[in-house]
Order: sequence, then C-alpha cells, then structure tokens
Amino acid sequence: MTILTCRDVSFSYDGNTVLSGLSFSVESGDYLCIVGENGSGKSTLIKGLLRLKAPQSGTITLCGGLRPNEIGYLPQRAETPKDFPASCYEVVLSGRIARRGIRPFYAKADRAAARESLERMGMWEQRNRCFGELSGGQQQRVLLARALCATAKMLLLDEPVAGLDPVATQELYRQIEEINRDLGITVVMVSHDVHSAVQYAGKILHLGNESFFFGTTAEYCASDIGKRFLGGCRHD
Amino acid sequence: MIKTFAEMLSYGFLLRAVIVGLLVSLCAALLGVSLVLKRYAMIGDGLSHVGFGAMAVATALGAAPLAVAIPVCVAAAFLLLRVSENSRIKGDAAVALISTGALAVGVLVISMTSGMNMDVMNYLFGSILSMSRSDVRLSVALSAAVIALFVLLYNKVFAVTFDESFAKAVGLKTGVYNTLVAFLTAITIVLGMRMMGALLISSLIIFPALTSMRLCKRFKTVTICSAAVSVVCYLVGIVISYLFATPAGASVVIVNIAAFFLFWCLRALSTRLRAARGD
Repeated sequence: MTILTCRDVSFSYDGNTVLSGLSFSVESGDYLCIVGENGSGKSTLIKGLLRLKAPQSGTITLCGGLRPNEIGYLPQRAETPKDFPASCYEVVLSGRIARRGIRPFYAKADRAAARESLERMGMWEQRNRCFGELSGGQQQRVLLARALCATAKMLLLDEPVAGLDPVATQELYRQIEEINRDLGITVVMVSHDVHSAVQYAGKILHLGNESFFFGTTAEYCASDIGKRFLGGCRHD
Repeated sequence: MIKTFAEMLSYGFLLRAVIVGLLVSLCAALLGVSLVLKRYAMIGDGLSHVGFGAMAVATALGAAPLAVAIPVCVAAAFLLLRVSENSRIKGDAAVALISTGALAVGVLVISMTSGMNMDVMNYLFGSILSMSRSDVRLSVALSAAVIALFVLLYNKVFAVTFDESFAKAVGLKTGVYNTLVAFLTAITIVLGMRMMGALLISSLIIFPALTSMRLCKRFKTVTICSAAVSVVCYLVGIVISYLFATPAGASVVIVNIAAFFLFWCLRALSTRLRAARGD
C-alpha cells in the first residue's frame, strides 16, 4: 500500500530552485534512505514532507490513512543545554502532543504509549533522569522513543546518527531496523552515511545536484550514481 | 511573625499590595520558566521599560495608567518577539534599543509635565501605595486568566519550549504559543510594575526559574518549585519591607537573590554528597 507520493515536486528558496522534478513513492513498511551531497535539498524535502514548506510545483500526497501530524519526526540533533530541566519521560510523553488536539492534559493511553516506547528503546529505567545529562546516544534513543510515540505508521529521521560514536551508531541502527521489521513502521531516513544506508535500507533516494536516483538498494549499488557515491570521492 | 503579618494586613493598602503581589509573582514565575529556557528573558526586561514609558504618557494625558499600559505593552511584546526571533544576533541589541527608547520617552514626558519628582522614583523603583481598589479587581481577574491559560496550555508550552522543530512538525502552531506567552508576560509585567518598579519587575520572571533550576531536573518540578519560591520570596520580602521600612520592590529582589544562593549552595552540597557516596 502506498502511503506517500511525491509527483514532480519542486522547491525553491528566494527564487533559487533547490529541487526540481522529483518523483518517488513510499510503500507501507518501506525502509527508505535519502542520501545526497550537501545542498542537494534533503532538508528542504523533509520540510516538504512535514508540510512546513509548500512545494513550488508538483504534489506531495499522503495516502493510506496517514495524516501529516502522524509522522514521527526525529529532528536533526541540536545541542540541548546540560541544565535544561526535562526528564526523559516528559520528553517522550510530549510526542503525544499532536494527538491531544485542544484537550489540555495527557490521558492514560498517552502515558502507556510513552512507557511502551521508552521500554522498546531500553530507556525506561532512565525515565526520571535529566535529558541534558544523558550521552548523545541515549539522547537520540529518547528522541526516537518520542517520535515512536507520535506515530503508528511512519518515522521520518533526519541524520539520526550524526555526531554519535561508532558503538552508539550501530546500536541506533539496530533499533531502527527492529522498529521497521517488528512493528511494520515505515522508516524514511535522511543520512550522510551512505554505506550504512545501503546496508540497512530497502530503498534509496539519491538527491544529486543534477540527477536523481530512486530504486531498491540493489539497483542503487549497480547504478553509476551509486557506484560513484559509494566509492567515495573517486572520479572515473 | 504571624502577629506581624496580621498587623500588616490590617492596613488596607498593604493587604492590596500582598494580594496583587502574590498573584503577579505566581504568574511571573510560571511564565519565567519558559522565557528563561527559550532565552527570551530580555523580553521581560524590555517590556517593563516600555511599560514605564506608557505609564508616564498615560499620567501626562490624565488617562488610567493600566488602560494605556496594557495595550501598549502587549503590542510591544509582539514586536519584541518578532525582533528576537528573526535575527538571533541583533535581537538583543534591538531589545535594548526599544527598551531604552521607551525609557527616554517616559522620562521626557514626565519632566515636561510634572517634573522629575517622587513620581519618577515610584515608577522606576515601585511603591507599595500604588494599588487602588479597582487595580486589585483588574489584577485578580487578569492573573486568574494568566494562571488558567498557563495550566491549560502547560503541555504545549513544554513541547514548544523543549523542541520547537518537533512541535512544529507534529502540527503545533508554535508561533501562536510563543506569542501567547509574550502576551501573558506583558500583562503580568504591567500589573506588577507599579509595585515592584519598572527597573525591578523582570527579576520576578528570571530569578525563580533560575533558582529552582539549581535543584530540580524536571520541567514540572521546576515549574512548581518556581511558583513556590516566587510566592515565598515575595511574602518574606514584603514583611522585611514592613519591618525595616525598606522599599518593597528592592526587598523582594534581595530575598530572591538570597534564595538563589541558598539553592546554589544546596546543589553544591548535594553534588558533594553524591560524589562522596559514589567513592
């Protein structure tokens, strides 16, 4: 079942086009990695998918019952001040905010969902700790738990492993894979780490400055653009 | 202590000052947590200066001070928020510009009408005698509204304060909540300004949040602790002011500073203890 379709989408900032003529679709249960050079429009595309920026032309359609506020979003890592007073539990529970609408307080079901996703990420024991005092890897797990709380269908992850050490990176990739496999939640991930992308993802969307690639990982590895990108900076 | 307090409350003006002061300290402490964490604390300071200018103009025109100052401060809150959102680096400079500008207008208007006299001192440093009966009614109603809105929006305020990009992505209108917090702050500042003084009122917003952040690690506990700290400091400050005939606003601020250092020491002590236990 298709849950998201981009058809001939273009974005521009102040008259400069950053993406044009992009078409792809996401099926329910997919694990899609969006890779590409800096400045190729990955962040812009994320804003478009979250409905924070309207495309200049073309359409982004959510289908199969997916509503815009049901996308579990993990923003690019921002430094949280060490003394920011917020417990992990409070952070994760805030993932349910969109479901509350105008109702002011969280219900039992919200607290249960927060507990479940904290347990899934192995962070339940740490729930009362201050978010700012956690390690980078633990913080990302808490934020992933929050994203999980916000959705039953699709996660949108913006550079989830940026700045993490190798052990934390592998751990986070493993947990994302489990969420995709065990819960059947669609994962759309923007990543710089193209080697891990081809290792874990089922499909690849490559945004280049001139050309796009969209297809399965096997197709990507065999394509010219994929070979060039996977081979690092070699030009042949 | 209780006897002193009962004696104080037998004076009508002191009773009014205590009622309004408690409500304003409570509102300021609640809003302050979000403002301090979002690094908007300067907005509070800017707003109080704008309030000073507005009150001076209102007095010169013979209008009711609150009726002029509230709309002017609310408008200034929108402006200051835009300014500090749009340009991160120049934001604080722009806030300083607006606040000193308003201060200058106020001083100019006062010196042209009544001359620089006790009025100016009262505006700048506050006066315990400033609350009339109708002020009390208005203050009670507005503070009740501020507290009610804060409680109802508490979870949303947390989401927006902690991570604006996530809140935006899940469809919260973050701009609306930021504006609302600035709007409520403007009202709180105008209400407390004449008692605490234009130069001192922003301490009610900043101190309780910073004080409770020394010891509390959760947003909820920081919010509750701030409210408690603020109310207690206000009461202690006003009693000191009564007993020693010190200016009310300054006394409250001094008590807030003492509370800050107390909490700071307690934190240093508890880290020491924890380290000792860990060894």
